[in-house]
This record gives sequence, C-alpha cells and structure tokens, in this order.
Amino acid sequence: MKPKFGVVVFPGSNCDHDAYYAVRKVLGFDAEFLWHKETDLKGCDIIILPGGFSYGDYLRTGAIAQFSPIMDSVYKFAENGGVVIGICNGFQILLEIGLLSGVMIKNESLKFVCKNIYLGIENKDSIFTKSISKKILKFPVAHGEGNYFTDESTLKTLETNNQILFRYISPSGELDSRFNPNGSLNNIAGIMNQKKNVMGLMPHPERCCDPILGNSDGALIFQSVANSFLN
Amino acid sequence: MFKATVIVKRRPKILDPEGKAVEQGAKLLGFNNVKQTRIGKYIEFFVDTIDKSIAEKEVREYSEKLLSNPIMEDFDYTLEEVK
Repeated sequence: MKPKFGVVVFPGSNCDHDAYYAVRKVLGFDAEFLWHKETDLKGCDIIILPGGFSYGDYLRTGAIAQFSPIMDSVYKFAENGGVVIGICNGFQILLEIGLLSGVMIKNESLKFVCKNIYLGIENKDSIFTKSISKKILKFPVAHGEGNYFTDESTLKTLETNNQILFRYISPSGELDSRFNPNGSLNNIAGIMNQKKNVMGLMPHPERCCDPILGNSDGALIFQSVANSFLN
Repeated sequence: MFKATVIVKRRPKILDPEGKAVEQGAKLLGFNNVKQTRIGKYIEFFVDTIDKSIAEKEVREYSEKLLSNPIMEDFDYTLEEVK
C-alpha cells in the first residue's frame, strides 16, 4: 500500500511547504496539509509535524501548539500505533504533549544554530531508518532550542530500549561533544517513543531531499518510512 | 475577581544557559558577589470569579498544564482579591 502523508500546519509553521514538497514532489507520495484547527486526519498514514515557530514559540517552544484541536487526533492516532514524525518545532511539540519524553532547553551557546551537521544512525531497525544503507547522514539544523534534556532514569530507558535514533557526530563518524551543535545530552539529535512509531528529530530532512540542492540524504528517511507500508 | 501572579522557575538540576550568560554580565559590571543567577518567568492575570477556591483551582491547573513544564520547571503563585 502506498502511504499518504499529512503535514500539519500550525500558525507559525514555516517548514510545512518544504515537507509537502519533499514527500509529494520529490518522492511522489500522496500528501495533504492538515490545518491545526481541524480534527480530521483525512486518512493520512504518516503525520508530519513540521518545523517553524508555532504560536511564536511563546512561553516555551511547542507549549501552545500541543493544545491545537488537531493534536487530540494526532495523539490518539499515535497511541493507536500511527506513524508520527516531528521535525524541529514538531519534535518540541511531541515533547510538550508527552508523546516523546524529555524537554528542549536553549542551546548551550545561547545562539540560534543554522548549519549542516552529521548524524550517526543509532538504531538501524526502526521503520525510520531500516532501508537506509548509509551510515552517516548530512542534514541541516536550524534552531535556538535543540538542547535535549531529560532525567537520568529516562535517559537510561532511552539508551537501553534503543529509542535513540540519531546522534551528532563528525563527518567521519567520531562521537564527541565538539560535534554537538546545541549541547544536547549524549549528543542526542533524534529519539523515538517506546513503541517506536513516533520519531522526533531536530535536524531537517525535508530541507535536503531534492537532488538539485546538492544533498538528498533527507529523502532516505521519508522513503524508509514509506517502505514500511509498501513492503 | 482575583489577581494572580505566577512565577515559573527552572528546577535546580536543569541547566540554565541564560542565567549563566547574564551572570557573566554581572561579573563584567564588577558584581563579584553575585552567584547562581537563574532566569524564570513572571506571569500575571485576573480570574473572574468571587469564589477563591475556584480561582485557586484554575490558577493551579493553568500553571500545571500550560504555564510550566513539570519536567523542568516548578511554579509558585499568589492570589489577591481585587474589586
């Protein structure tokens, strides 16, 4: 079955069109925008919460968006095993609503970081990474609050349950704090929930899908998720 | 009617890069006795009811559900009756 992607649009989302373009125009899947005031997921199989500054990032990133009407449906969809991808601000929303554990605090540098980084794939068995043969991915990051934090016991659970999906590494694969753009715990760039159907990541795969941009590593993730429906 | 003030503070174990940066400013100004600067949030609003217990309940729930994130923050509040 060819999956249908749904891209949620919050007031202040600014990567919604990039995500739509990536899955629809580059990868050729059916896709639809889902306005945050709606509650109908319109038969979508994979929900993307895009990057941006939902509700102006006021109070805390993602804090207000979690109460948008569509998020009730997204929460239930995820609880029933539906696939949800939160990118950057989407990741922050997933943390606030509690579909993923932890919080995002300000980057250690206090600066907004916008550059290409390298990711090591920590869990190759997830639906998000299964069909990726590359070991290191190059993605852009663009955030001020990507400093992932959680308590020790949650971190331990994430590690032992293989819920950590991506870590920041060097271009040659070295794991060191020097290659961590924001100070996140254990260089964490992306995690999953326990059931492994919900993923959040700070880097932007949707911004590096079209080969004309010189980097199409991002497409590998969307293709991998789609493959789990096709196979 | 009640006037509520809520103060949201980061938990002591949570890193506070803003507080750290501000304290560097304090050092530059020569305030060498200043230690452990932490940045929080101050929020004020009115609760339109004459029943103090209802006002308390709303302030608590508002603070727990939205104004603070219990994973990294604690909150204190005060309620003052106004006419």
